[in-house]
Amino acid sequence: MVAGAFDRGIAGAQRDGVARRALSVATVVAIVAACAIPLWGSPYQVFQMTLVVIDAIALLGLNLLTGYGGQISLGHGAFFGVGAYTTAVLIHSWNVPYLLTLPCAGLVCLALGFVFGLPAVRLDGLHLALATFALGVVLPQVLKYKGIEAWTGGVQGISLEKPAVPFGLPLSPDQWLYCVALAVAAGLFALARNVMRGATGRVIVGVRDSPVAASSVGIDTALTKAATFGVSAMLTGIAGALSALVVQFVGPDSFTIFLSISLLVGIVVGGLASISGAVFGALFIQFVPNLADDVSKAAPSAVYGVVLIVSVYLMPYGVSGLLRKAKARAFAWIDARHSRSVTSQPTKPTKQGS
Amino acid sequence: MEGLLHQVFAGLANGAIYASLALALVMIYRVTHFVNFAQGELALCSTYSAWALIEAGASYWVAFVVTVALSFAMGVVIERVVIRPASRAPALSVVIVFIGLMVALNSVAGWIFGYSTLSFPSPFPAEPPFGNHYIGSHELGVIAVTLGMLGLLYVFFRFTTLGLVLRAVADNAESSRLVGIRVERMLGLGWGLAAAIGAVAGIMIAPIVFLDPSMMSGVMLYAFAAALLGGIDSPIGAVVGGFIVGVLENLMGAYVIGTELKLTVALVLIVVVLVVKPSGLFGQPVAARV
Repeated sequence: MVAGAFDRGIAGAQRDGVARRALSVATVVAIVAACAIPLWGSPYQVFQMTLVVIDAIALLGLNLLTGYGGQISLGHGAFFGVGAYTTAVLIHSWNVPYLLTLPCAGLVCLALGFVFGLPAVRLDGLHLALATFALGVVLPQVLKYKGIEAWTGGVQGISLEKPAVPFGLPLSPDQWLYCVALAVAAGLFALARNVMRGATGRVIVGVRDSPVAASSVGIDTALTKAATFGVSAMLTGIAGALSALVVQFVGPDSFTIFLSISLLVGIVVGGLASISGAVFGALFIQFVPNLADDVSKAAPSAVYGVVLIVSVYLMPYGVSGLLRKAKARAFAWIDARHSRSVTSQPTKPTKQGS
Repeated sequence: MEGLLHQVFAGLANGAIYASLALALVMIYRVTHFVNFAQGELALCSTYSAWALIEAGASYWVAFVVTVALSFAMGVVIERVVIRPASRAPALSVVIVFIGLMVALNSVAGWIFGYSTLSFPSPFPAEPPFGNHYIGSHELGVIAVTLGMLGLLYVFFRFTTLGLVLRAVADNAESSRLVGIRVERMLGLGWGLAAAIGAVAGIMIAPIVFLDPSMMSGVMLYAFAAALLGGIDSPIGAVVGGFIVGVLENLMGAYVIGTELKLTVALVLIVVVLVVKPSGLFGQPVAARV
């Protein structure tokens, strides 16, 4: 799946440059337009789309670890929860400006993820899955703990006020938060995309695909894995912090193991080891359970379960994998047309000697 | 002192449940090298079917036997339909399939039986046996049933041909295939046995924690901890680990950290075992060929 990027890069040079450029420009225009549309929606639609953006950041974090790094985390909801609580506690107990709480939440989760990632380095996939699963199950109980109730509000959780719109901008608070989330997401996605295309990304993927080879060329596999874990937790924690601002509430039961499983569903549906997959996954986990909820209380998790199993068999690289395949097919079609029109004139089929 | 003894015995009863579930995990791990994340939800479905049978008028032990048989069949079918097609996939895909199975089974149970808490009958008398003050009849019964089941399993693996064949497959699937053993069929048998053991565990713990779709989540975490503590590939380890975790959980909950942080014991135990001694108390250290 990573080699695909190379193939495309090499083969693309020979392809019809105009068609390629047109497609990338169209993609960028479509993305910008899609991001602007919600600003004209109803307040609830704006709220929902903000959550999609936030989920996308969280999925980006998990995908970095699980898709690119090959380390399975079944407990990333815990980092989402810690990020959300960091923001809520900072605002509620210490009156920290809300924008300043985002990097704080990121740093807390970075440290936590790194520390949790250190022992995880020695574990193979299954054991790491077990340890992170335990983390995801345990977090709500820790958040309810009486000893830290003064800060966390115990079972009650913490309610927050909606931040005011600055500079007298003509936006509602919901629209302003949507813009904030979008700006943070744009920055983090650009960062992740560039990092994963560069040397660091190669190192992370190399450690996933062949730890022995990676360590024999001098890569510190343990440090790489722990750092990936930390950065992944940081991204998911920032998403959690944004969610606390948008939802205006944090409570222990918002961050159960079901959240962690939703995130797993998101990266599997969107596409493992794919930056754009995070967006598709976020759309899926935001809208599909809502639709299913009308059928029965059990339906959302039934959908999740079936989708997880079916995805593994039918679309192992998720939606973005399917799109990539469609795109490759489209280019192949363009190439075929192109080469026919170019080559049919000058090179006439030579007659075979009789 | 009396309080302490009471906690220890209650812990042993819970530990018996964890031991059974951990044993089911070990069973599947030995034959397939996968950790069955859906083990708890399998047991949940079994427990619900036992409840439905009892509600329909079946006597307790009839319901018990029918449920164990049904669960065995369910384990075989799930192995064949869901797990086997993924058996050659990378670890990540397999874990995803297991999580999908876990979520799907849980929602099926919730869909059919609802999310309200149901009480589950105990087959044992309400008064403590022999007029003692330390241990209730149900707790003693749970321990007895678990030990009985372990005895049966020991006899099965040690003294029957089928048990020997299953051990051979667990030890070396390839060589087993070469001497004519139908390995796939044995994998199905392993899954069936694991599901049946889980069913017994579920039926035994339901009167203690009450029956609802989230019943197994905490229980399974302790079972994971128990399996890891004993060594994920060691049946004896699973049993010993189960009892240790059960007693430890109860004592920590009662005297050290309070009941509200009890699950944390499992997390800390899992992380500590994985860091200090990943092969557990009785497990074989794994050596990977480079």
